[in-house]
Amino acid sequence: MNLRALAALLMRDLRLAVRHGGESLMPLFFLFAVLILVPLGVGPGPNLLAAIAPGMIWVAALLASLLALENLFRPDHEDGSLEQWWLGHLPVTGLVMTRLFSHWLITGLPVILFAPLAAQMLYLPNQALGVLVLSLLIGTPILSLVGGLAAALTLGTNRGSVLLSILVFPLVVPVLIFATGAVSAVADGFSPRAHLGLLAALLVLALTLVPLAVTAALRLNIE
Amino acid sequence: MIWKTLKVGFHRLGSPPTFYRISALISPWLWAGFALCTAIGLYYALYVVPPDYQQSDSYRILFIHVPSAWQAMAGYLVMAILAAIALVWRIRTTEIMAMMCAPIGAAFTVICLLTGSLWGRPMWGTWWAWDARLTSMLVLLFIYLGIMGLYAAFEDRRKGARVACILVLVGVVNIPIIHFSVEWWTTLHQGSTIRFFGESTMHPSMMPPLVWMTVAVKLMFGAVLLDRSRNELLEQDRRKGWVRQAFGGDA
Amino acid sequence: MTSLLEARGVSFRRQGERIFTPLDITLETGSAVVVLGPNGCGKTTLLRLLAGILQASEGQLARHAPTAFLGHASALKGELNCRENLDFLRRFHGCPGISSSRALARTGLTGLGLRPARTLSAGQKRRLGLAGLLVSPRPIWLLDEPYASLDDAGGELVDELLDNHLAQGGCAALSTHQRMPVLATPAQALRVEPAAAEEPA
Repeated sequence: MNLRALAALLMRDLRLAVRHGGESLMPLFFLFAVLILVPLGVGPGPNLLAAIAPGMIWVAALLASLLALENLFRPDHEDGSLEQWWLGHLPVTGLVMTRLFSHWLITGLPVILFAPLAAQMLYLPNQALGVLVLSLLIGTPILSLVGGLAAALTLGTNRGSVLLSILVFPLVVPVLIFATGAVSAVADGFSPRAHLGLLAALLVLALTLVPLAVTAALRLNIE
Repeated sequence: MIWKTLKVGFHRLGSPPTFYRISALISPWLWAGFALCTAIGLYYALYVVPPDYQQSDSYRILFIHVPSAWQAMAGYLVMAILAAIALVWRIRTTEIMAMMCAPIGAAFTVICLLTGSLWGRPMWGTWWAWDARLTSMLVLLFIYLGIMGLYAAFEDRRKGARVACILVLVGVVNIPIIHFSVEWWTTLHQGSTIRFFGESTMHPSMMPPLVWMTVAVKLMFGAVLLDRSRNELLEQDRRKGWVRQAFGGDA
Repeated sequence: MTSLLEARGVSFRRQGERIFTPLDITLETGSAVVVLGPNGCGKTTLLRLLAGILQASEGQLARHAPTAFLGHASALKGELNCRENLDFLRRFHGCPGISSSRALARTGLTGLGLRPARTLSAGQKRRLGLAGLLVSPRPIWLLDEPYASLDDAGGELVDELLDNHLAQGGCAALSTHQRMPVLATPAQALRVEPAAAEEPA
């Protein structure tokens, strides 16, 4: 495997994300917008907020990852960089994984880093905090993988963004259920192991199958 | 060897003019079978089966609800098999047939959800419950809509069909997981668990109409699928030679 | 002379219709082919097909060396400056050639290394694309309209780069509709014929 090419792509993607500045911070702004708006909407009662905290943080993470999807492959498709992947001397599936990894670094990681703060603001019990972060660590890569698949499928269309969310939402239902289930289980004093185990199984499944499907979809779409 | 024969067979059947001819032959028989089975099924369902001691007559909607639910899922399976054949052997007719499954499957999903909701009102006192089966069905509906939307969003019909076929196959892996996760989710949130059939088993007299209606729905699915595929093929190939020949002069 | 790229009876179908009549092409070391034909006859499709970006619907294609493809879109990132773009290509394609600053000098872009690529003119972008071929040299060059939006000096630059490339044992296929390449060893011409609408069997 040509690791230099993968490293070069990752470095360039991150550099572009830094150049875009504000746009790259959108996921984080989004997380906080949700965190502030929902208590304003449902009231500041600690019990209610603590009960809906895992779901809220997870839905925010999901929407944050949706935000950046439209630009995952489209700019590369338009400026001709994407077709360069298929010249034969580059490991395409590796490039796909690299691109999805940079998407996770930009949308998933910031949410994970700020999740403890968000949890405090929503009165999530302290014993559930570790599991929340763990569930985000296992689960957000799945969001990037599934989102990447939707972005690759819709690449050849000219109204991708609405379609993107319709495609992503059914596919991430299990992630949402297992991840929030794990946090709720701990908050209620049960073991989160079963949930987290299933979530990890989903991650393994997504890691094995999604890059192949993304590669096939991109190949069809650049034709 | 077997694969080769199978492949040649598929390709021959997959040639648009052949498909157009054969489907025109089969489709009326499917429609006739559908009409017959529905007539028998409805007769049993409405006159032969006694009213339920708890639900009186309202449970009879089951004879539409359950076959539709089964067909919504079976339709996905048919679509997935067609999509796999289409992606492996690049047969255009199969691509079109796979894509035409989606709206029919979505329609059955909607029928299932609507009848479920109508049934739920007198039964549970609510139009909607976050029951595992209903929720899975709702998610299935969105998967169907996603496939239809993706196919429609491409200008190049062929490319759209092939891309959407990938999504169909992704869905095959995902639907069992979604169903399992939703079931897990409802058992954890015990409060809203409601069982359709409860502890009681089905009365034996309910079997014949259920079987007749199920067969009827399957025949109808086949008939609509063939008709829709023929129309789509005709529209896509309207400028091709075989269409002109079939209709004489310029079609 | 060894052949670097061989195509036998290749064509491409879009929506089931052939784009051009099937073609045979052989690119040997030191040889260049000019792809000619009216607009919309499938020159770009043919080059993309030879590059491996499209899969041939029929015929056989074999490439025996790494390939470089320069398309209408030059695969540059407007937010990055010229030097960063070249540095990326150098590492990405994995066969480092001359340094980015030398490639800039060679293509007449001296002093523009720190300019964001989006601020370049169309001709300068084209030159930057050519510089990309120099920083990661690959034996097979497939150039789609390399003369487009270049001035006379730019056209001569393309010819010069092609001559050097062929002399070093490379090969090239390029499409053009305005200027014919003037090379030390004359390029063969290859005419692409649009496929007539065919009746399915």
